Amino acid sequence: MIKLINVYKEYPRSGLALKNVSFHLRKGEFAFLIGPSGAGKTTVLRLIHMAEQPTDGEVRVSGYSSGRMKRRDIPKLRRRVGMVFQSFRLLRDRTAAENLAFALEVTGARRSEIKGKVQRLIAQVGLAARAGAYPEELSGGEQQRIALARALIHDPVVLLADEPTGNLDERASRGIFDLTRDINSAGTAVLMATHNLDLVRRYPQYRVIELADGAVVYDSVGETSEPNGVS
Amino acid sequence: MAYHSVREAMAAFRRAPGLAVLSAMSIGLSLFVLGTFGLVTYNVEVTLRSIERRVEVVAYLRDDVSAAQLEVLQNDVGSFPEVENIDHVSKFDAIRDAMQDLEEFREVFTDLEVNPLPASIEVQLKSEYRDPESVERVAELIALYPFVEDVRYGREWVEKIYQLRRLGGAVAAILGIAFAVVAILIIGTTVRMAVLARREEIIIMKLVGATDGFIRRPFLLEGFITGLAGGLLALLLTYGAYLAVNGSLIDLEWLPPLWAAAGGLAGGVLGLAASDAALRRHLITYA
Repeated sequence: MIKLINVYKEYPRSGLALKNVSFHLRKGEFAFLIGPSGAGKTTVLRLIHMAEQPTDGEVRVSGYSSGRMKRRDIPKLRRRVGMVFQSFRLLRDRTAAENLAFALEVTGARRSEIKGKVQRLIAQVGLAARAGAYPEELSGGEQQRIALARALIHDPVVLLADEPTGNLDERASRGIFDLTRDINSAGTAVLMATHNLDLVRRYPQYRVIELADGAVVYDSVGETSEPNGVS
Repeated sequence: MAYHSVREAMAAFRRAPGLAVLSAMSIGLSLFVLGTFGLVTYNVEVTLRSIERRVEVVAYLRDDVSAAQLEVLQNDVGSFPEVENIDHVSKFDAIRDAMQDLEEFREVFTDLEVNPLPASIEVQLKSEYRDPESVERVAELIALYPFVEDVRYGREWVEKIYQLRRLGGAVAAILGIAFAVVAILIIGTTVRMAVLARREEIIIMKLVGATDGFIRRPFLLEGFITGLAGGLLALLLTYGAYLAVNGSLIDLEWLPPLWAAAGGLAGGVLGLAASDAALRRHLITYA
């Protein structure tokens, strides 16, 4: 479903960010993407979200390929790939419910369909009672829940999470992670970039892909040795 | 979708009304300069056209020209593509006109035993053939007839009018472009500020899969409305200037409705173009 095939990414100023990265994330799979700061985790997520193009190699996401991707197809892809960030990225001048509705409005959803969907998702992340609160009235954990609900608004096939617990305390982190696991149980694949190695150790059943200096140095499903052989 | 664009564009004006008014005024003032210049250019054009209408080739005929020869000449010259109208002025007409126009010499003319003034034909040219080359060509062709004594057409002032018209056109084009660029820069800066102020919102729109068109439309509409408001303000100011000057300093003609409408609409089009350019530069991807 998501395939990175011999991907290189080079920036004009900072040089090579990814070197020959290959892996295959299957439908419904849960994987951690770990590695020190600057290892290339965010670059991998941005490539999958088609916010960047690889310098060399190919990124395939749910039937779309980076090499043949047309600019006008990118929005369609992004509706199939949900994304959350460490900094939540909520609009400060809109309530929790309005933040969710906004994500539907801007993709041309009908007004009748927006209300029901927002109510369902906000209940799913356990914040039905806080729907009318503005982001600054919500705790960090609650804001990230809203961000997760927004990422799920188009029923994506994969959820990309870039350090989603990086700004949260232990309890809130656990809550977010449990929510992510629920999302995964419902069939959405999850690729989570994280620094939190405790979390990774606590769930040995999940796949781990480790990056260092832009290269995959460890993959718990052992696909690094034959990057083109994945199916 | 259209509802969203209109709502967002209106929300942008509500969020920063001062900025919107300031931009519309700046555009209005730069287009006002353009409008005033348009008014001057138009009036110069009207004046030149009325002078040009008097451009004519006069062929003086020999006294022994026969009626048949005169008819041949009139038919031939009348068939030139450049010619609009021909008037025959007989020797009698010539002296009558001279006596009317030059009253102080009336007695001199009355005392004459022989009419010294020649008969002539006055040839008016079509408006598109009043340039120096065409006038000269027609004059040379008429001069070829053996019974034509002399041909006059005021070469110097035909050339001067023509030069003046070309100079006016060039200055209008240069100033027009300069002030259009100023208006574009002002609108572009305004939209760029609006885009930067709403950067986070745009990033989120891109993040959740809004199309570029969907994101751009409210900004384009905002640019168009700001530009149009500026264009209408310029039109109003230009009309005010026209009312203030007309009759008191000089007599002016107001712009034709098409020019005025085009001027007002030009503000909107400039606004749209400037917004488009600003968006192209600032709406690339999310950080």
